[in-house]
Amino acid sequence: MKKAYAEYIREKNLPHVWCAGCGNGIVLGAFIRAFNSSGMNRNSTVIVSGIGCSGRITQYLDFDTVHTTHGRALAFATGIKMANPELNVVVFMGDGDALAIGGNHFIHAARRNIDLTAIVLNNSIYGMTGGQVAPTTPSTRRTKTTPYGNPEAPFDICKLAIASGATFVARFTTYHARWLEKAITEGLLHKGFSVVEAVTGCPTHSGIKPADILDWQKRNFKRKNYLCVDNLEPDSIGVFKRDIKPEFSENYFKLIGLKR
Amino acid sequence: MKELIQGNEAAVRGAINAGCNFFAGYPITPSSEIAHGMAEQLPKFGGVFVQMEDEIASISAAIGAAMVGAKAMTATSGPGFSLMQESIGYASLGEIPVVIFNVMRAGPSTGIPTAPSQGDVMQARYGSHGDYVVIVLAPADVRDMYFLTFDAFMLAEKYSIPVIVLSDEIIGHMREGVELPPTGQGLNNSKTDKPGIGQGLRIHKTGLVYDEDGMPTTDPEKYELLVRRLFDKIESNKEDILRYKAEYCQDAEILFLTYGSPYRSARSAVKKLRKDGIKAGLFKAETLFPFPEEALKQMAETVDRIIVPEMNMGQIFREVQRVAGGICDVELVSSVRGTPISPEILIRAVKG
Repeated sequence: MKKAYAEYIREKNLPHVWCAGCGNGIVLGAFIRAFNSSGMNRNSTVIVSGIGCSGRITQYLDFDTVHTTHGRALAFATGIKMANPELNVVVFMGDGDALAIGGNHFIHAARRNIDLTAIVLNNSIYGMTGGQVAPTTPSTRRTKTTPYGNPEAPFDICKLAIASGATFVARFTTYHARWLEKAITEGLLHKGFSVVEAVTGCPTHSGIKPADILDWQKRNFKRKNYLCVDNLEPDSIGVFKRDIKPEFSENYFKLIGLKR
Repeated sequence: MKELIQGNEAAVRGAINAGCNFFAGYPITPSSEIAHGMAEQLPKFGGVFVQMEDEIASISAAIGAAMVGAKAMTATSGPGFSLMQESIGYASLGEIPVVIFNVMRAGPSTGIPTAPSQGDVMQARYGSHGDYVVIVLAPADVRDMYFLTFDAFMLAEKYSIPVIVLSDEIIGHMREGVELPPTGQGLNNSKTDKPGIGQGLRIHKTGLVYDEDGMPTTDPEKYELLVRRLFDKIESNKEDILRYKAEYCQDAEILFLTYGSPYRSARSAVKKLRKDGIKAGLFKAETLFPFPEEALKQMAETVDRIIVPEMNMGQIFREVQRVAGGICDVELVSSVRGTPISPEILIRAVKG
């Protein structure tokens, strides 16, 4: 293992639970590199995660880590941040975790513009439970619970985040790992609610070979210029929002007249 | 000096004086006054109030705050308490000290939001899934609302456990003239000395079953060790955790086993019955779980009858039956009317 990775990984918890070819490891690597170059203090950083394949990230990262309940990672993180605003709080969630069971917390964390960095690993499916339809699964796609095709329309995570008030929003894929890493660094340093969507694949449940997933990401996704919200498509990648707005904890302490 | 103060307001004062510095909540009748008081008072004592998007978020935020060393609390009523159950189990397993206030209202479901009940007693102990432990306290008047809330923080911290304060609409909304320490007096600012998240100790907290290093495990031995240790933590400290009061009991032949607001009616009934020459006594349980079974068993040996007045279909009644059944008669006076149980009803129950 490379030194930078080894330093941030709980080696005793390996091997990890992820399937061969899973994109989660690429996101984990991108996060480690991003954190390492961000200059942030590791001892005042808390990593929070929800439930599902992505939720296991906290088990492998050697930080202060909190593996919460399904969907509630942002609510736990809100308590952590408000009780100690000096902490950097990073939240890893899956797409079902963040947008189905945790959808309410997602839009409200964005509305508050609370200074959290939310990294959403989007594989468009429920992986750990066996391949069921997710709120991000494209229409007509067959899954275990949509055997005749998905009759629903998917969320666009970035559009939802922007509409709800998030002030830093970006999307990259596991193929674009370097860009993903840069977006995570920027999200970490951004003051306010940051959402970085990491498009990953689930070879186990899609039946597509890992290399073909990466190849599809390479061919399908197109980088759009900054602030292209209006023409943001499911296959757009880039940084879609960079905004400065009052941050929740700062605002609270200002209003009650307390300096923390 | 006596002052006129509402039960929910007394709970706010008890919490703040116990050092509560984080509150997350969601509006619900009849507990909202606790959130109002916290929103106003906490900032004055260096604390933080957050109104979350629902009760699940409220308990989750309180647990998150507690993980980084805050003395955290949330308050709700029946429907909100139902929503909180999953996270209560999480806090129990993870040994997170957090205080959960439930001002019980008439249920089930939306029920009668403005009417009292004691319908959530078993839920308070067993509402989350799996084998877990919590401490449940039951105030019976405005004075209790202050002191038991204060105690709830102390017990939560000492035993690293969620403590549920089970009040009801009568006590929550009742105003009484009581003498209480003023807000901020004897403020307990002590910081926890337990290692926590946010100190750079590289600690992992999880809702999965964990080993001695806090890391997930499926090892049967370690699972059993963990669950038994969590239960034993309460079982072996019952003397410290149990709070109860026996009144008029020396020569009692008939005993009222009470908790919460029916205590006051039972006390009035006991006084009237004694005037009529009937030897009635009163046992007030302030800790509902762990249940004060040894003390109750001793009482059961000396009385003929135990009467359990409850504003539900009989919940603590079953605990009393379990402990005292076969030793003496155990009778339930059940009320599901959304109204207080009057002393007259209890006197009738005795006289037949």
